[in-house]
Formats: sequence, structure tokens, C-alpha cells
Amino acid sequence: MNILNFVHAFFSDSAHWHGYDGIPTRFWEHIGYSLEALAYSAVIGLPIGVLTGHYGRGGNALALIATAGRALPTFGLLVLLTILLGFSLVPVMVPLVVLAVPPILVTTYEALRSVDPSPVDAARGMGMSESRILFQVELPVALPLILSGLRSAAIQIVSTATIAAYVGLGGLGRYIIDGLYQRSYEKVVGGATLVAGLALATLAVFWAVGRFAVSPGVRRGA
Amino acid sequence: MIRIDSVTKRYPDGTVAVDRLSLEIPDRSITVLVGPSGCGKTTTLRMINRMVEPSEGSILLDGVDIQAQPVNTLRRSMGYVIQNAGLFQHRTIIDNIATVPRLLGWSKERSRARAAELMERVGLDSSLARRYPYQLSGGQQQRVGVARALAADPPVLLMDEPFSAVDPVVRKGLQDELLRIQEELGKTIVFVTHDIDEAIKLGTMVAVMRTGGKLAQFAPPAELLSAPADDFVEDFLGTDRGIRRLSFFPSGALKLESGPVVPVDADAKKLAARGSADVPYLLVTDLDGKPLGWGAPQDLTAGEIAVGQLLPYGRPFVHGKDSLRAALDGAVLSPTGWSVGVDGTGRVVGVVSQAVIAEAIRNAHAEGRTDDEAKAVR
Ligand SMILES: Nc1ncnc2c1ncn2[C@@H]1O[C@H](COP(=O)(O)OP(=O)(O)O)[C@@H](O)[C@H]1O
Ligand SMILES: [Mg+2]
Repeated sequence: MNILNFVHAFFSDSAHWHGYDGIPTRFWEHIGYSLEALAYSAVIGLPIGVLTGHYGRGGNALALIATAGRALPTFGLLVLLTILLGFSLVPVMVPLVVLAVPPILVTTYEALRSVDPSPVDAARGMGMSESRILFQVELPVALPLILSGLRSAAIQIVSTATIAAYVGLGGLGRYIIDGLYQRSYEKVVGGATLVAGLALATLAVFWAVGRFAVSPGVRRGA
Repeated sequence: MIRIDSVTKRYPDGTVAVDRLSLEIPDRSITVLVGPSGCGKTTTLRMINRMVEPSEGSILLDGVDIQAQPVNTLRRSMGYVIQNAGLFQHRTIIDNIATVPRLLGWSKERSRARAAELMERVGLDSSLARRYPYQLSGGQQQRVGVARALAADPPVLLMDEPFSAVDPVVRKGLQDELLRIQEELGKTIVFVTHDIDEAIKLGTMVAVMRTGGKLAQFAPPAELLSAPADDFVEDFLGTDRGIRRLSFFPSGALKLESGPVVPVDADAKKLAARGSADVPYLLVTDLDGKPLGWGAPQDLTAGEIAVGQLLPYGRPFVHGKDSLRAALDGAVLSPTGWSVGVDGTGRVVGVVSQAVIAEAIRNAHAEGRTDDEAKAVR
């Protein structure tokens, strides 16, 4: 049996489409965890990245934090927090956020730093307030790069949110964990396929957001 | 009037960019700050709109210290144009130009209507309104920068090397356009450049600065050329000062001769009448009165003048509009040593010899004509 047979077997089994362990339920659980983790990460990463980038200060500290964040082992953190805090959503969210903040923070900082200084100078010389300069001159131009940081973060979260299943929660990771335990390879392959599909869908969503939110004057070449 | 009163700027690292500079910038004219790179021109300009705060001294606008009003109010009353235009790449051309009116709280429609007006004024086709900056050439972007600075009709315009990044042909177009706009709008313009020719072309008054942020000379361009204050200014002005100064003398005082001018269909009698011992050459024109070339009277045969064999006539000057420099240039370019004066439509008014031009130059020097009339002929 090859992979495609596994995939076919998994998706054609109508039992996999219903109930609390059905694909729709697991799918939405997975999206729910991912969105929640992305929201926390963005709330932490975006403002810090924007402000440090705008004022051009703290770049070294950011790099340090980002490296430290990347160095923390996701799975180890999950296990440790579960031991400390018991079974809940928190031990899942923390490692996901730790994983996702660095790309958001660093790319947002870089995005603001790389804005051409001459329009900013012109804006200031015309009498724009600092907040207007930030929101109306810098952010619209920095947006494509900021979105790319969010996109890498989102993809990492979607692929890593499978760890929720290790601590008894749902999501698409369930199929992979349960499949391994039950030696049901069609379940493992089916779960992995769904995760991959969701990652691709994430890419598509960010592409659409970029088309919609980024000015055509900036999008060119980006 | 903008008065810079004994202003010094010392940057935190100790660099003295401007050193006790005093300058009275007259209203409704172009004042150029010129000098070598790093001599403090940009710093001086940016102190006028408080992008840089002086360490000592003060700057007065119509007698009131510029510190007296909120900084953004001050800046909105002064247009600001920088070298690479600094356009907002995410906004269309029309919205770029509408920036300051929008800041001042004008409605979107009114701001855009005003921006459309400005596009026309700076010579931008209305079809460019919905484009983005990257779709425009460097010269067009610079025009947008000027239009954006003019949008809220500020009395003062600050320009920092606005035309330095474009090629010479486009630059000349932009300079001519600026002079035209200035004639129409009568703004108080402070213009920074490192190019002395640009300074002489555009300036009503020119402030030459030297390294260390000191003023070397502040004078009208013709005076700069005729009487540089010291060796530094003289060096900075470069060669051909005498010839370049001729640009400030009008050609209107030249007496043109129409005797040696004949149409291409002139008959034998006419040719004989015009040719004489004093007139070595005749200028042949087409039937419309436009110049074709010079010929010696004995070589011209009525009814069969060979246009291809006539001597070149150099470059005609527009009598009364061009300067003595243009008139002399025409005479030097033609092998006959005579210059051709034309009217605004290119028809020949008369011709003039090098000797007569030389005399006019002597007279002009004697009168020291650097008045407004002279200014108008550049
Ligand atoms: N922000 C700054 N900090 C320190 N030195 C500066 C700063 N800006 C300009 N300078 C220095 O001040 C001098 C004048 O600079 P500037 O006004 O830009 O000259 P210009 O426009 O004539 O080329 C130069 O020596 C320059 O290096
Ligand atoms: Mg400069």
C-alpha cells in the first residue's frame, strides 16, 4: 500500500466525517488553537516590532530575544508546563506563542527599518504628526514585509499545533497520535495530509489579504 | 521676510554645521543657498522649518520668532521639496499632492480638485493622476514633489537640491518651470543647490557658503559674477565669469541692421542695391522671413540662389528677449562674424556684427545694468 492508498482509505471512510472525532470537528479545533496562538503572538510581536522599528532602537535586544525564543524546545516546554500546570490549553499556547513571536517581531522591526527615509522626511517637513507618519506613511509601505512575518508565524503555528493532542486536547494532531498508537497508518497519513492542506490554505489566505490590503503602488516588486 | 539672525548649529557630535549665519531672505523671490557639499546648506534650510533646531541665534518669519507657533502649524505653512521627491509610494499621484490640504482638514473632493489644479500648473498631464509614483519618470516625480509642496498655497517654499538627481535636459526643463511658476505665484523660495550655474540661473539673491557653515557672499548673481568677494567665491564661480555675466544684459539695446537681409526670391536689382563695399555678406531668408544662410553678394545670382551653398548663420537670438550672451554666441558661431536677430516667431528682424555687440557690452558694463529688466532676459 502506498501513501495515496492510505489517503484514499482515510478520507473515504464515512466514519471519519462525523462525531466528536470527525474531520470537521478536529479541523475547527485545530483552526481555533492556531488562531488563538497567532492572535497572542501578534498582540505581543506587532506593537513591539513597530515601535522599535519606528524609533530605530532596541534592535540588538530584539535579536537576542528572538534567538532565545527559537532556542527553546517546543516539545520540552509543552511537557514541562503540563507537569507544572496540569492538563489545559495554556501549556499548548505558550510554546506556540514562543515559536511564533520571533518571526513576527524580527520581520516587523526589519519592515519598519527598511522604509525609505525620504518620504518620512518629506512627511515630517510637511507637518505630519508622528502617529500620522507611522500609520499613513511607514506602515502602508512596511505592510508586505509585516504580512510575510505573520505568514511564517501562522504556518509554523498550524504545523506545530498538532502537539495539543499530546496533552489530551483535540485538533488534527489527534489523528497522528492516535494513529501511531493504534498502528493505523491511514489515520496518521490522513492527519498529516490535513495539516499540510491547512498550511497551504493559510498561505492562500495571506496571499489574498496581501492583494486586498497592500496598495498597488507598494505591491509591485514585493 | 525670513530673517536668520546670527544662527549657529552644533550637532551633538560637536560638528559645527552652521556658524553665526545671518541672512535676510526677501519676500516673493528666489534666494539660493549654494556652496560645496557639507558646508551647511541643508542644515540652514532645515532650521527654517524646525526640522533642525539652532544651537544659538534665532529665525524670524515676518518679524515673529518661528518658535512662537506650534511646529506642525509652521511646517504646514511652508512647502518642502527634497532631492528624491520623497513621494508616498502607496498613494496615487493625486493623493500625494492632496496630502497637506487633507492635513489641514479640507474635504477629499476639495483637496483632489486643488491637486488636479496643481498638476496642471506644474505641467503634469491629468492622465497621470491615478498612477502610482513608481510609474513616473524621475523628472515627473520631482514635479509631483513641487506640486505637493504648493498644494496648500503656502507663502514659503523650501527646496533642498530638488533637481540634482535628474539628467541635465530634464533639469533645465524643471528650472524653467520653476521660474515660470515663481513668476505666476510669487512665493518666497529658499533653494539649496551645490551647482553654481543653477544658483545663478534661479537666484534673485545668492548666498555662497563655505565649509564650516560660514557665509562667504550674499549678492544678486550678476554682482557675484562681476565682483566676487574673495578668492573662495571666485574659485567657486569657475571660469568664463565675464561671458556668463553677459546673460544679465538684455539684447534689446542692440541696433540691428535690416539692410543686409534679402529674401531668397530677390531680383537682381535688389541684390545689387543691398550689396556694397561695407556689407561683406547678405543674409538670405525664406519667403516667410526665416533665415537660410549667408552669401557674398557676388556669389548670389538673382533667381538661382543655391541655398545649400550658403554659409551657416549660427544660432539666432530673440531680439529683446535673449541676452547679449546669446547675441555674441550667434556672432561667434557664424563664419561671417555676424549674429542674426529674430522675433518670437523666428522671423529675421535684422543682423548685427561682432563689433557692434562688443560696443553694446562696453556700454552695458559702463551702466552696470543688473536691474530687473536685465533679470528678465535670462
Ligand atoms: N545629524 C547630524 N549629526 C552630525 N553631523 C551632521 C548631521 N547632519 C549634518 N552634519 C554635518 O554637518 C555639516 C553640514 O551638513 P549639511 O547641512 O548636510 O551640508 P550640505 O547640505 O551643505 O551638504 C557636515 O559636516 C555634516 O557632516
Ligand atoms: Mg545637503
